[in-house]
Amino acid sequence: MPELVLQLTRAGFLLLLWLFVVAALRVVRSDLFVASGLRASLPISRRGARIAERNRTPRQLVVTAGGLAGTRISLDGRPILIGRADDSTLVLDDDYASTRHARLGLQGGDWFLEDLGSTNGTYLDRAKVTGPTRVPLGVPIRIGKTVIELRS
Amino acid sequence: MVTAVPTADAGAQPGSAPPTKRGIELIMLAFAAIVVTTALVLVELNQPHGVTRSVLYDGAAYLALFGAAHIAVRWFAPYADPLILPCVALLNGLGLVMIHRLDLAGEAAAASVGDPVPTGNLPHQIAWTTLGLGMFVAVLVLVRDHRMLARYGYTCGLVGLAALALPGLLPGAISEVNGSKIWLRVGGLTIQPGEFAKILIMIFVAAFLVTKRDLFTTAGRKVLGMELPRARDLAPLLAAWGISLGVLVIEKDLGTSLLFFGIVLVLIYVATERVAWLVIGLIFFLGGATVSDMLFRHVQRRVTAWINPFSDYDGAGYQMAQSLFGLGTGGVFGTGLGAGRPDLVPEAHTDYITAAIGEELGFVGLAAVLFTYLLVVMRGMRTALTVRDTFGKLLAAGLAFAIGLEVFIVVGGVTKLIPLTGLTAPFLAYGGSSLLANYILVALLLRISHAARSPAASAAPRKPVAPLAEARTEMVQRP
Repeated sequence: MPELVLQLTRAGFLLLLWLFVVAALRVVRSDLFVASGLRASLPISRRGARIAERNRTPRQLVVTAGGLAGTRISLDGRPILIGRADDSTLVLDDDYASTRHARLGLQGGDWFLEDLGSTNGTYLDRAKVTGPTRVPLGVPIRIGKTVIELRS
Repeated sequence: MVTAVPTADAGAQPGSAPPTKRGIELIMLAFAAIVVTTALVLVELNQPHGVTRSVLYDGAAYLALFGAAHIAVRWFAPYADPLILPCVALLNGLGLVMIHRLDLAGEAAAASVGDPVPTGNLPHQIAWTTLGLGMFVAVLVLVRDHRMLARYGYTCGLVGLAALALPGLLPGAISEVNGSKIWLRVGGLTIQPGEFAKILIMIFVAAFLVTKRDLFTTAGRKVLGMELPRARDLAPLLAAWGISLGVLVIEKDLGTSLLFFGIVLVLIYVATERVAWLVIGLIFFLGGATVSDMLFRHVQRRVTAWINPFSDYDGAGYQMAQSLFGLGTGGVFGTGLGAGRPDLVPEAHTDYITAAIGEELGFVGLAAVLFTYLLVVMRGMRTALTVRDTFGKLLAAGLAFAIGLEVFIVVGGVTKLIPLTGLTAPFLAYGGSSLLANYILVALLLRISHAARSPAASAAPRKPVAPLAEARTEMVQRP
């Protein structure tokens, strides 16, 4: 093979290899928020008003302490079951949690927390939850050793 | 308030399910196929006989093979990570091209001396790749929910230990190749049970740590701002240490020993979030390494060949020295595919395939390959972060870390950073057991990432619950 062609193909192939890596990194970037449960809504000025409004509605549930710390679940309007049962939305692995411990449900525009007759109780901040209670943004919900929060 | 309601309703619509990203996976797979076919064309161009049209058929066959795997992912794990399969496909493809290239070099060398043409390694490796992808699909079909694996934790642990120990206990005639007793020779096949044991033991350790996690977090004495665990809680780590030393002494395999201990240590660290475990583990590791360097000859040989390969150039240091010359010849941009002499390194197609890539693609090409590995590990760790159950978290972290550690041990050995250990680069190197085991590993990782990325409701399919569990407690009047 002529020397010039060899040199060109040599550089070309390395370029192609790195193009693959760059393409993969672009996928990682577009995926950065979706995988963690956050919506990948890039701030576009036209939609600025809607985004500002959206910031006040809870869009995800974040575990801030306990064995599952760091887990995020995006809220899509469906109720969230919390407990040790396998079919819960958030499966707790916590000796102080009950099989079916608590339920978060959407009513109107607000999320309500309800204790499902757990042994050790559910706490919203410091107060024990007895009936359905409205959950504001960023207020810790304590279940056994696990703490969760609603975030926008 | 009026505007808040429609937003919430819009979120409740079923159409708001997150994208599955399978299209991206297909595009990236096609990209990988283009890269691999180009590599094959370049290898053929640098041969005296030139390019034939069969190259295109090879590329198409490669795309079809991974296309089949893609369709299986589409059916059985639609929300799985879109990057892991294409990255693995690229690595596997580059490995096949490199093995083909070394086969050609072997044929040329035999022809120049007048020997009969040796049978190449490529047909075997293609067969193993096909079998590996078959296993990949089988695991996706059989393991519908990764949490089911936790129930077989102890069974997996027992089978894994047996598989790890078996070659060590069998007579050397069956299990010894090149001084390492890690093989099983059945008929014409040689398999390395340790590769499969790695996955089984990871499942066991993850399941064990989920149930016994509290045991490891019980606080002991506080030293230098670090909470040390109580002495009696060290037993599981000590057991892992003993087993990996046993592998080192009886089976004479540094790599598996190091990999095994590293995986157990990292899983304990991930489960407890305590740096103390890492420090204790490293002290154990250093102690074990120093003592075995003093006591065992096969370890000493490796260490001498590592520290100064040129002192025994014609003997123990030959392979290492040749590999370093190869990497040096490659330099930053490499000699070009098919234009170097990577066949001068003994065993270039297995242990030293990264040296062959470093010679022909140079530092830039080898860095791209390492980056591809890094992407697989990164996506695996991301899966571990997002999955919603503890067992899945631990298993995904362990699987991803195993790939990363294995690559570090292999490339570190080839580039003379650490002593050579005899592990093979996952997906790149020639070796059936390694390919099969790593495809099973990737299938498990995709299964967990499917659970992590699918919307909450479908991640937890509702099972019919026994009526007794649902029944409310009632007051019963005593008669």
